Amino acid sequence: MKVFMAKCRAFGLGKLMAGVAALAMGLVLAVPALAESMVGAPAPWGMGLQPSGGVIKERISSFNSMVFWIITVITIFVLILLAYCVWRFREERNPVPSTTSHHTGLEIAWTVIPVLILLVIAIPSFRLLYFQDRAVDADMTITVQGRQWYWNYTYADHGNFTFDSYPIQEADLKPGQIFKLSVDNELVIPVGASIRVLTTGHDVIHSFFVPALGIQKYTIPGRTLETWMRADRPGIFYGQCNQICGTNHWFMPIAVRAVPRAEFDTWVADAQKRFAQADGSAPVIAAAPASQDSLQIAEARR
Amino acid sequence: MANPSYAHHDDHHDHKPGFVSRWFFSTNHKDIGTLYIIFSLVAAVVGIGISLLMRLELMYPGMQIFSDGQMWNAYISAHGLIMVFFVVMPALIGGFGNWFVPIMIGAPDMAFPRMNNISFWLLVPAFMLLAASLFVGEGPGAGWTIYPPLSDSTFHSGPAMDLALFSLHLAGASSIMGAANLVTAFLLLLAVPVLAGAITMLITDRNFGTAFFRPEGGGDPVLFQHLFWFFGHPEVYIMILPGFGIISHIISTFILILPGFGMISHIVSTFSKKPVFGYLGMAYAMVAIGGIGFVVWAHHMFTVGLSLQTQSYFVFATMVIAVPTGVKIFSWIATMWGGSMRLDTPMLFAIGFIFLFTVGGVTGVVLANAGIDQVLHNTYYVVAHFHYVLSLGAVFSIYAGFYYWIGKMCGRQYPETLGKVHFWMTFIGVNLTFFPMHFSGNQGMPRRYPDYPEAFWGWNYVASIGSLISVASFLFFFYIVWVTLRSGAKAAANPWGAGATTLEWQVASPPPFHTFEEIPRMR
Repeated sequence: MKVFMAKCRAFGLGKLMAGVAALAMGLVLAVPALAESMVGAPAPWGMGLQPSGGVIKERISSFNSMVFWIITVITIFVLILLAYCVWRFREERNPVPSTTSHHTGLEIAWTVIPVLILLVIAIPSFRLLYFQDRAVDADMTITVQGRQWYWNYTYADHGNFTFDSYPIQEADLKPGQIFKLSVDNELVIPVGASIRVLTTGHDVIHSFFVPALGIQKYTIPGRTLETWMRADRPGIFYGQCNQICGTNHWFMPIAVRAVPRAEFDTWVADAQKRFAQADGSAPVIAAAPASQDSLQIAEARR
Repeated sequence: MANPSYAHHDDHHDHKPGFVSRWFFSTNHKDIGTLYIIFSLVAAVVGIGISLLMRLELMYPGMQIFSDGQMWNAYISAHGLIMVFFVVMPALIGGFGNWFVPIMIGAPDMAFPRMNNISFWLLVPAFMLLAASLFVGEGPGAGWTIYPPLSDSTFHSGPAMDLALFSLHLAGASSIMGAANLVTAFLLLLAVPVLAGAITMLITDRNFGTAFFRPEGGGDPVLFQHLFWFFGHPEVYIMILPGFGIISHIISTFILILPGFGMISHIVSTFSKKPVFGYLGMAYAMVAIGGIGFVVWAHHMFTVGLSLQTQSYFVFATMVIAVPTGVKIFSWIATMWGGSMRLDTPMLFAIGFIFLFTVGGVTGVVLANAGIDQVLHNTYYVVAHFHYVLSLGAVFSIYAGFYYWIGKMCGRQYPETLGKVHFWMTFIGVNLTFFPMHFSGNQGMPRRYPDYPEAFWGWNYVASIGSLISVASFLFFFYIVWVTLRSGAKAAANPWGAGATTLEWQVASPPPFHTFEEIPRMR
């Protein structure tokens, strides 16, 4: 808070900005996770982005903070101009209107200055876009498939096992679990690993969205999309389906658990026994499951 | 200036046809405009009624009002389609456009009066089809964006979706015919046929076994999204551009800068002698927004797996729109600067519009960054953004236009104090409804959810309280309309004084059935 206040004074914007800064604290600051294990979930009355669980989200947050300050200053500037006009140029105070209707310098200024501001935004924006597109050297690959209304995950690099992830009904919740966010089988990943995420479709379009990891991609029938994520601290990161997909759209949450490498290896060994292999020896990366299901659907239609 | 003598000399030619031929077979632009405005109000009751149900549902976690997600999905789809196609478009283009474009340019009527009539009468069955679709089977629950495969026959097998699609077809045909009359609505003529093509393909996918959008037949669901947004994005600008026009017009009038101008078509006219601040800049900005509006559509699709180059282009193009938008905002402020303002209700709504549109504009700059959009796409942040530009932008300009012209249209002036109360109620209500949505969106709350994790409760509750105030202000608006029509003071030909110099203020209030029987002479 103090840092913010000092910054505001440095800008010379005075008390007004201080008030805005107080509001903005909640809006833009990604709270650094000090605890051993963090929880990436919405907070009651939360105003800003969720805390960052990994590098992609950290970069999104810091870029978002920059843009936030720019747009806040612009909005307040417009508000002040409007307020001044209303106060100074009403009929009673200014009975004779000016006849000025042109000012070339001013018009050039309010065209060129926004262009410059946009340039300031655009450069880091493109940098972020290129960074978050794909993993440079992915450590492992996970295939994500959205289905009505649960998720299916396949670990292609760990023996190709696959499992479904369903939401937990209210009656079955255990202590510590969150209704409408917790799932029975979490997507477990090792901390610090860059994970290539391939999304494929199955029935309708869904969206794999985990805010705290800064990842979102549609799962589209007939297509395989690539993106990536990395959790840089252990914890659990919740998300929800983010593309309208039918009656239970609101009840197909996502839970990603990031654990230390050793723990991950133990989990994998166990999971290989518990969960079935995906589709025999066929590579999971291809959209094969999607097209098969689609064929079944086409069959059923006839 | 126009010759003021026709304020009276037309009255004795004022033969009105009988009720049926006047209102059902109407070819009179003013009567058709009135029909559009009444229609828009009726549709607004339905659309806003649904939004009240939605906010009541979201007031607390858990399912309160809707029986399941599908019913919810059907109602939110109807809300979106109704507000876009049956409230905002009819009010701005069909209502004010029909009423005032011919008068302002001194024309006796629209160029194609019969087409004008069928344009309106297609809208009525379109609305009935959409309303019916809610009560057939499981309803059309695919959102107003009707993305396949959710909207195809596998996942929406009943006739409800077909009814909704046919409704869109009729509404589109209606828009095209209405737009053909207004030269400046050429944007619509470019955009709507693309929607018609897309939904035709969707209908044949659903009913005749084609596979334009079905991957198992070689089709592509993403193709639909490209087509939809190629229409959908210009569409939102089409909704806001007439709004821009009304706002310029009102501000220039109220500030007594000569002469008032603004409705887009008015720009086409050459009658203005002294423009508002930066006339050329304003006109170019409008053209730029309309033009660039056609090449930014895929910013709705940053998460569908577009290539990096594609995304980069759409980020860039979208940001460019901020420049002409800024030109308009600052030119409006410069128009007020040094003016002599009357803060009557239309001016309040115009100033409110400028501020709220600024808020919606800057959040648009945030969303334009595909990098940030990764965590905001489809969240309530987006809902907040587009309601700031539409619900608060387009709707505020509709209210501004209504108060500005109601005296002209019905011959009775609205009660000023009640108008001001209505402005403040609306301003507080809509801000309380939509501003907190930025927060829930930042926190990751997805849109189109009837139920949510408890952590999202707080801001949802505030938004629901805000919506109650907004709905109350809407009902209060009906009360004002009733008071105005019943006992409003008789409106003079020009109630706004020296600033109002356009042609509509030279004719009587209300104008005679045939406004101009000879071409008005301008000096």
